[in-house]
Amino acid sequence: MAARLRKMWATNKHNTPIQRLAVYVLLFAALFIRRAAAQESPYIVTYDHYLEEPGNLEIEYFSTFGTQRGGNDFHAFWTEFEYGATAWWTTEFYLDGQSTFNDSTVFTGFRWENRFRLLQLEHFINPVLYIEYEQKNGADKILKEVEGHDVESDYAERNASLRKELNHELELKLLLSKTFKGWNLAVNPLAGKNLSPSHPWEFGYAVGASRPLALKAAANRCNFCRENFIAGVEMYGGLGDAHSFGLYDTSHYLAPAVAWNLPSGWTLRLSPGFGLNDNSRRFLLRCGISHEFSGFGSRIRRLFGGRP
Amino acid sequence: MIMITKATSTIVMVLVLGVCLGSAQIDNSGAKKDGSIYAELGKVPKKAMARRNPLEGDPEAVAAGEKLFAMHCAECHGDTAEGGRKGPSLRADQVQQATPGTLFWILTNGVVRRGMPVWSKLPEPQRWQIVSYLKSLVPAGSGGAQAGSVLR
Repeated sequence: MAARLRKMWATNKHNTPIQRLAVYVLLFAALFIRRAAAQESPYIVTYDHYLEEPGNLEIEYFSTFGTQRGGNDFHAFWTEFEYGATAWWTTEFYLDGQSTFNDSTVFTGFRWENRFRLLQLEHFINPVLYIEYEQKNGADKILKEVEGHDVESDYAERNASLRKELNHELELKLLLSKTFKGWNLAVNPLAGKNLSPSHPWEFGYAVGASRPLALKAAANRCNFCRENFIAGVEMYGGLGDAHSFGLYDTSHYLAPAVAWNLPSGWTLRLSPGFGLNDNSRRFLLRCGISHEFSGFGSRIRRLFGGRP
Repeated sequence: MIMITKATSTIVMVLVLGVCLGSAQIDNSGAKKDGSIYAELGKVPKKAMARRNPLEGDPEAVAAGEKLFAMHCAECHGDTAEGGRKGPSLRADQVQQATPGTLFWILTNGVVRRGMPVWSKLPEPQRWQIVSYLKSLVPAGSGGAQAGSVLR
């Protein structure tokens, strides 16, 4: 696997448009928009109930290296623009792509995600409603969620064949989360529907637990303070569909994860994932980099002559 | 089968951006620095008001709270908590006379409909550190310097 990763990086001199876009936007934002310190969870698939701060823009880039039995390993990636519209509504736009080794690099689609906080105050369990529209082709391998009967063997074909299938999907999640004595526990049941009438509703889940390495902050500003590191673990998988609900012919993953929140506004995430049954990929290595910018909304309004 | 063209996608995105910015505008207008914003302090449950700060008297808590305030709160409430574009002054008498438990509860639950997010994602000791810093500030109009000045 390590040799394949090295080969992938070595041959990836011509970055994809998604990767270039992420770099350009990050540079633009870093130059013109004030940065904000982030306190991000380490989860890559699971969501807790915390939304983006109003007016802030977070730009994220994630990579997933994955193994493929009966086919070529791959590197899937997405760029994510997360905007806090209000204190109870966060909206996100994703651009997805993937490179399959010894095959090709393809753009696989976009997603528009919205999260709505349902209760104003903190409660024992805090629900957030998640609604996402996805337009993606069959070559999509980012594994941002696993649902229905998604299994490894579905992706053994070459990209040219997989990308012929175009899907419009609606995905609903109920994000349930609680933070207690520094521990965050999150449970996300999900239901997804291919908008083509012949497809049934598909179901899945993601659960996660995480905790900062220190609960008290140090008095000095520091990159390596223990409170800047949040460690956790997440588990996610499919639960079949409306015709055959259950664990039969589904895939599941267990993934330890760590996030490093730097005072400069950058967050780095790393998460090795392990398939839990024969339908799952054996190994996934995910990493992400993100930066949060404050006051993005008011700057855009000013640009168009509005009140800051 | 739904077919979405590039043009349709672009229009949808522009509309989304407009709605987002419009909503954010509503949020900001709700957070004007009028007196009514401080009425939220009076809505805190009595039991929460009575909570004591476990870090009271800890000088490190003030310094750490100042750091956390600069990282997470100054964007809205101003670098020295004097009030900013979106958030009210935290040096106002209403805030300075509030109990530590009141400030902790507001920090934990936010004032979501007025644009202040919940901050329970910060561990409880860090929220108390921020409360320690806020209570160390010299109230507006008293002319003194702020007590916590480790970072600035």
